[in-house]
Amino acid sequence: MESNIEPTILSEFVDLRAKSILSILAAKEDGRKVVGMYCLYSPTEIVMAAGAIPIPLCGTKQDPIAVAEKVLPRNLCPLIKSSYGFAASGTCPFFNFTDLLIAETTCDGKKKMYELLSELKPLHLLQLPQTQDDQEALQYWYGEVVKMKERLEVQFSVTITDQDLNEAIQRMNEERRSLKDLQDIAKLKPSPISGIDLLMALYNRGFSIDKKEVVRMVDRLTIELKELHRQGVTPFTTKTSRILLTGVPVGIGSHKVVQIIEESGGNVVCFESCGGYKAVYDQVDEEKEPLLAIAEKYLRTPCSCMSPNVGRFELVERLAREFNVDGIVDLTWQGCHTYNIESFSLKKYLQTKKSIPFLQIETDYSESDVEQLKVRIEAFLEMIS
Amino acid sequence: MITAGIDVGSTATKAVIFDGTIRSMAIVPTGWNPKEAGRSVFNEALTRAGLLEQDIERIIGTGYGRVSLSFIDKKVTEITCHAKGAKFLFPKTRTVIDIGGQDSKVIAIAEDGAVADFIMNDKCAAGTGRFLQVMTGVLDITLDELGRLASGTKPASINSMCTVFAESEIIGLLAQEVTKEAIASGIVQTIAQKMMSLTSRVPCLEEITFSGGVANNPEICAILSSAFGAKFNIPNRPQLVGALGAAIVGFETIK
Repeated sequence: MESNIEPTILSEFVDLRAKSILSILAAKEDGRKVVGMYCLYSPTEIVMAAGAIPIPLCGTKQDPIAVAEKVLPRNLCPLIKSSYGFAASGTCPFFNFTDLLIAETTCDGKKKMYELLSELKPLHLLQLPQTQDDQEALQYWYGEVVKMKERLEVQFSVTITDQDLNEAIQRMNEERRSLKDLQDIAKLKPSPISGIDLLMALYNRGFSIDKKEVVRMVDRLTIELKELHRQGVTPFTTKTSRILLTGVPVGIGSHKVVQIIEESGGNVVCFESCGGYKAVYDQVDEEKEPLLAIAEKYLRTPCSCMSPNVGRFELVERLAREFNVDGIVDLTWQGCHTYNIESFSLKKYLQTKKSIPFLQIETDYSESDVEQLKVRIEAFLEMIS
Repeated sequence: MITAGIDVGSTATKAVIFDGTIRSMAIVPTGWNPKEAGRSVFNEALTRAGLLEQDIERIIGTGYGRVSLSFIDKKVTEITCHAKGAKFLFPKTRTVIDIGGQDSKVIAIAEDGAVADFIMNDKCAAGTGRFLQVMTGVLDITLDELGRLASGTKPASINSMCTVFAESEIIGLLAQEVTKEAIASGIVQTIAQKMMSLTSRVPCLEEITFSGGVANNPEICAILSSAFGAKFNIPNRPQLVGALGAAIVGFETIK
């Protein structure tokens, strides 16, 4: 991949994470509360309606894993170890800012880790059902969403009105709309943005506390990219292999597979995973009772902790078509049993539709297997090009 | 037109000089310096073919050490190369099973000869040449002896796929006075099981060609082939299939 003219606004995204540390400090001095969130199942709207600042805390870096392994088993998934390690080592400024953590019972590893985390900070646990297409599951989840609202009201001594919720829903729908528009840019062939830049923008914008400003920045990036495409400026060619990445969450720090794909001549055009399309393809219904509408949208999230999880299969298949991809890479973190097992079924499902080349990669956050991964990924790209 | 393929593996480095047929080949141990090994195996192959470096129109590198070769024109992964090499030697090949020093792989080949799918062992040494090397070390025998001991003996059950745990398990079996023959047979069985489990993820159609250093051992070939319930094509020089494939890739790009 050659270096190329970049959208000018991209550099603003690079600084966003560092800059937001200062704005959170200032907001805290004004009495604002900060809520740390780990997962896509946690409704951001309710935190915003409580007047608090939502901050993503999912660990994406190798650094704190050694600290985490003093307590957690070594063969646990790196995402869980990294998340806990950041908290336990005190090395994450965002964790240190939080007044409350919102956690959720997704996988076994996470829910048991949260028990340990709750010794470090006040933590509200959402009891997530394990199935989606079921009225009773929805009713149960709706009850959990109501309890979360009540917890925030008590914790921060505020009252959350329907109007607060509706405003938060509109703002989040607007944010999701802008993030979806940005990601849809990579449907252009060749894409005007690399997967690694797209991931950086998606990841870093999460740390900004000014949602309106984020939407403006994301929309500007989208417009600039459209313009670059019009001028024919792109790091890629029409022959570049287009890859959809699915599976476990990926962020900056845990991006090695994205990097290897692009250094080997491919282009990740779509992130189906948590930080990418999965978070934005679906909106909260603005016509319905707000907490019910929130409950419905969040429960639909197609994660492998659900059984069955047909939503993910359908989404991957649809996105593979819409983004015109040449291959699918299914990323599994070591120790993530749900995504690991589901990979087999996903591959089978995709073969019954249209046979799309499929590669599962199982790895962790460390650099120890980079050479082995290169063989697999380069061979995959040779196979599909 | 003459091309060369250099395959720098974890254990051995191989070269093939190719002009539509195999002109010459060479194998050297990789040792600690993959770059040197690549250079010396190339020189050896050139000497055997009676050629000079400038006679070679294209040099393709493959294997884990492919990045360390400065004199090659292009690098291609061993997956593509093994498929090409196997297809050249046995045109009806639809599956390649390769057991190398640190990797083992199953490659599915489409009717047109292209790689259709592949799977490799994960990052541990289970089901690789390294696994066998460690186990022969415990039994104080060579790989050839392992094959001979293993054939025709009822295998002792070895449950660990992990190289480190399997080593402990074998030490335990020796303490229980289980025969060397039964342990040898058990060791080869674990390799067969590991390879069978890989083939559950990719189509495994006949004909199956078996490549890599482990295929040098006829008894191990026979045990694997019977575990798969299929006849294997065994190349005369199974270690050279990757280097041959690399040379063919070079040949095809000029053609």
